[in-house]
Amino acid sequence: MTETGADKMWARLAAEDPARAARLQRGLKKRYAREGRFKLYGILAVSVAIGFLLLLLGRIIEQGHTAFYANQMTVQVYMDPARIDRAYPQGTNFQQMVAQQQLARLGETDDAQGTKATAYRLLISSELKFRAADLIRNDPSLIGRTVEITAPVSDEADLYYKGEITRETAAEQRRVSDEQMAWLDGLKRDGHVSTTFNAQLFTNGDSTEPELAGVLGAVVGSALMLLVTALIAIPLGVGAAVYLEEFSRKGRITDLIEVNINNLAAVPSIVYGLLGVALFINWMHLPRSSPLVGGLVLALMALPTIIIATRSALKAVPPSIREAALAMGASRTQTVFHHVLPLAMPGVMTGTIISMAHALGETAPLLLIGMVSFVPGIPGAIDEPAGALPSLVYIWENASERAFHERTAAAILVLLAFMIVMNAAAILLRRRFERRW
Amino acid sequence: MKLPFFRSPDGREGGGSADPTERRDESVLTPAPEAAGVMAGRVPEVKSPSAPAGPTKIAARDVSVFYGDKQALYDVSLDIPDKTVTAFIGPSGCGKSTFLRTMNRMNDTIQGCRVTGKILMDGQDINARSVDPVLLRAQVGMVFQKPNPFPKTIYENVAYGPRIHGLTTSKAELDGIVESSLKKAGLWDEVADRLHSPGTGLSGGQQQRLVIARAIAVNPEVILMDEPCSALDPIATARIEELIDELRERYCIVIVTHSMAQAARVSQRTAFFHMGRLVEHGNTEEIFTNPRERRTLDYITGRFG
Amino acid sequence: MTWLVIPLVAVFAVLAYLAGRGVAQRRAAALHGGQKAHSRPEQHGYYAMIWVAVPALVVTILAGVFSGPLAHNLLAADAPASVQALEPFRREAFFNDARLTGEGQRAFQVWSGELGEALTTEAARSARLHQTLTWGGVLAAILAAVMGGLFAWSQIRPTLRARNRVEGWIGGLLFACSAVAILTTVGIVFSLLWDSLRFFQAVPVTEFLFGTQWSPQIAIRADQVGSSGAFGAVPLFAGTFLIMIIAMIVAAPVGLFSAIYLSEYASALSRGIVKPVLEILAGVPTVVYGFFAALTVGPAFREFFNGLGAMLVGGPLDGMGQYLMLVQNQMALVAGAVMGIMLIPFVSSLSDDIINAVPQSLRDGSYAMGATKSETVKRVLLPAALPGIAGALLLAMSRAIGETMIVTMAAGLAANLTLNPLDTVTTVTVQIVTLLTGDQEFDSPKTLAAFGLGLTLFLVTLLLNIVAQRIVQTYREQYD
Repeated sequence: MTETGADKMWARLAAEDPARAARLQRGLKKRYAREGRFKLYGILAVSVAIGFLLLLLGRIIEQGHTAFYANQMTVQVYMDPARIDRAYPQGTNFQQMVAQQQLARLGETDDAQGTKATAYRLLISSELKFRAADLIRNDPSLIGRTVEITAPVSDEADLYYKGEITRETAAEQRRVSDEQMAWLDGLKRDGHVSTTFNAQLFTNGDSTEPELAGVLGAVVGSALMLLVTALIAIPLGVGAAVYLEEFSRKGRITDLIEVNINNLAAVPSIVYGLLGVALFINWMHLPRSSPLVGGLVLALMALPTIIIATRSALKAVPPSIREAALAMGASRTQTVFHHVLPLAMPGVMTGTIISMAHALGETAPLLLIGMVSFVPGIPGAIDEPAGALPSLVYIWENASERAFHERTAAAILVLLAFMIVMNAAAILLRRRFERRW
Repeated sequence: MKLPFFRSPDGREGGGSADPTERRDESVLTPAPEAAGVMAGRVPEVKSPSAPAGPTKIAARDVSVFYGDKQALYDVSLDIPDKTVTAFIGPSGCGKSTFLRTMNRMNDTIQGCRVTGKILMDGQDINARSVDPVLLRAQVGMVFQKPNPFPKTIYENVAYGPRIHGLTTSKAELDGIVESSLKKAGLWDEVADRLHSPGTGLSGGQQQRLVIARAIAVNPEVILMDEPCSALDPIATARIEELIDELRERYCIVIVTHSMAQAARVSQRTAFFHMGRLVEHGNTEEIFTNPRERRTLDYITGRFG
Repeated sequence: MTWLVIPLVAVFAVLAYLAGRGVAQRRAAALHGGQKAHSRPEQHGYYAMIWVAVPALVVTILAGVFSGPLAHNLLAADAPASVQALEPFRREAFFNDARLTGEGQRAFQVWSGELGEALTTEAARSARLHQTLTWGGVLAAILAAVMGGLFAWSQIRPTLRARNRVEGWIGGLLFACSAVAILTTVGIVFSLLWDSLRFFQAVPVTEFLFGTQWSPQIAIRADQVGSSGAFGAVPLFAGTFLIMIIAMIVAAPVGLFSAIYLSEYASALSRGIVKPVLEILAGVPTVVYGFFAALTVGPAFREFFNGLGAMLVGGPLDGMGQYLMLVQNQMALVAGAVMGIMLIPFVSSLSDDIINAVPQSLRDGSYAMGATKSETVKRVLLPAALPGIAGALLLAMSRAIGETMIVTMAAGLAANLTLNPLDTVTTVTVQIVTLLTGDQEFDSPKTLAAFGLGLTLFLVTLLLNIVAQRIVQTYREQYD
């Protein structure tokens, strides 16, 4: 081995002061071991964060992707004149009727209670009933004829087709019997089952039946709520920040406001929920579960964040700009609104969008103001009961039907998609307009 | 040859270090008697002109430094003798601090910094892959522009180096090192009764001497000083300069300064840098009285800064 | 809806601007030569606009805020005897349903007999009242706008210092915006205190703070209120504390080491990867963490501990094995661990800021002594940054205590007084959610208890925040 620089250095050190060289050398090995360990801890810590994020996203995609497609069955329905209520078609028990017809086609005989038909009926979504009733309403002449109807299979049947329930699944964990599975296999074998994109997930409101439940109601509810939040919090927040940064004189009131804002930013969100219950619902008697109340609560929550972000954007505008404007004879107000605020606008918008994205994901206060209740359909106004995306996640997670699990994960993916879009917009804005002074 | 009034050329330096206090320190309140010459507008008198230069301790050969794509230092070759004070002078941004930092590889801590050429210490290339910067820095101490004592006690500050390098085995030995280092740094008498109070509570000049004590506690061979007096008042500056003169007996000292008066007062060898290049080097007396290069003359007479 | 008046006010405001500008121009044109108007016509326009919009908006906001309570009080004052005879909680529920029915919505409860009839009449009365108040509000707003406009019209003349007046108004409005921050705090304190005081009339404070039994569902019966000992919050405090400690055990080292790695070790490339990852983790809504805890981490942990228990059963640790086999999904460990993960980016970014605030000169000083990176971090940076990091950890604790969704979805409801991380515990926030989402009666002691818990939560987190912010502030000033 050739003599390296280090070896030479050691040799010289050892020659000059052997004791010192020995101590240095002895320490060095241990010190580098410690250094390596310490760095390893850092890498481990970072890996935990990255690993967890991957695990979280991976699990949610794994659980949720199946909700984006659904199985439909196509059945021949004989519109039996004896059973259809002409005056009120949706009162007809189409599912039972179809179930009996299907059993008859299979040549199975049912008992007096119709046990088999009832079992078969559980494989058909009630959507079939609505579609059949619609057909009759539009064209009563269909009664007595045979019509082909395509409708989703029931949630349990869907889970079976997706392979989430099998014959091996323990009996208490599934609600599909072996007999039902045989029927489903038969349907599939005969080409009556098609797998399609689950458009209903995006076009329906909430429903007690998983196969019909969709996120649109919650998306609209969240959008209405964010609208209220933005309309209230952005002007108030920007105004307050402009006042504190540009107009206020140092004094007791300003200090009080500053301390207040810092503390409000750290108050747990559920406390805002309690404020919403006490103030907006119990005292002002605003409608419970409405996007109006939700938006008001989220606005109060988002306010401190918007103020803090706006203030730092205003702070980043160099004083020379203000001095230049003031020196031209502009008043303080003109200086702020003509020069400082426009220059700070990209920063203000970035901070605002991020705090809106945060408000979109906030759940706890919504539970308190009544957004846990089941709201079917799609809300049309800010004072009607509505759901919201994060509270929908909570409601579906609590639902007992197993088919809601995949839909919960799917709703989370929708929620995350919205948040990613908002954050990406904020990042783009920052990149596009970022200015270094 | 008569030089014009020595108008503190450093005062025109654009760098952050050229603050009003230090301007005062040179041209108004300079306490050291030999600086009177500066006041009178004469060439600064070179102290100990005949100091014998020791054998070469550090030899730089074609050293260039790059920060990313930007080259900060161009092919510098210079011999630095042992047991001598060598001063680097030159206007701000001329590369003198950059060059200083190559000598204990502090540039390693800056991302995107690249050093080419050879720096040999006692004949060994310190940039060799096998040389451990940790070990190198135990041999080459450094004192910075602003006093930077750790937020610990005076004792802990001085004991820091011996502790991390494992140089002592007993408390008594460590106590001894702390005491002797503080004595060498001329601080012992002032702090002996409050070794366990925070180092940050000392005055600026005391802090800088504490930092020097910290550096010599590991018994290095070379001490690098990067404008050690630029943040100090004239009296504290004078004490540090005296200290540097005493330390010359034991160590090879390299000092970066933008005060030519200080270079003249404390150093035996001087190197003048300009625009990342070494323009001229030699005995301090020669550089100040009879520079070979026009640029050196212009700089020391204050025609540019 | 009173709020519908806002677009109307906006239209009025634009008209006022145009009119004000026109009037000012005309009046300025009538000036004799040599004289000059103080302000430009546009500024007169803004002046008129403010005088139209601000009074109208103030009236609208006041109407919006007070019409609800006013309608409710009017309704309650003239209610039939059968309604008056109801106990307060039931009466509130009745009026709420009357209002809903009046608005054509579904009532929450079924009111039968005399009350059913009363509901129909009261619903009609409620609808009438609300209509009157709404139109009253709109009219008042229009009136305010007109009067403001007339006032401005009378004021506009060339000598009017319109610009100064407008700027005075703008300053005032901006101050009003920032005063909302104070109003919010006052609102929080007031609403929490008000309902808490009503709660503490039924349940003594000492019992709430020191009682060890928590079973609010039993105490709903009137004869048990206060005497049953069912509102002792100590198990909730213990559960909250336990989960917070577990979360901090995860978040503090991981967050701190991430920050150290990022600020001292990471290359630009790895920082470019890790920082966004942490930002995404920080942006994931807590309900998502809750879902993950409940459906992935919980079952995984249970399986692990049950498996471990099965191995131990029959051995020398049989008792422990038996216990482990019965461990459920909803253990404190699951909620605490996931909450800890949630807090990692929070701790990391705060610590990162704080470590970066330590001056570079200290790092240089240490490296120049030949210290390695870890020695510099351990012996110089961390001791220097210690107060700041302590502040950051306190803020993280406050976050952990106030966090709701993860615990609601993963911690469970059983108020066990235990420090065993494998047991099911419940927290203050979980109970607030449970108490307020259980049924629709807002005024029973059961729901009021939520406000007592909320007040405690608010005070504790406020204290932590104030102390933490003070520490961090002092720390920052030290290096500024």
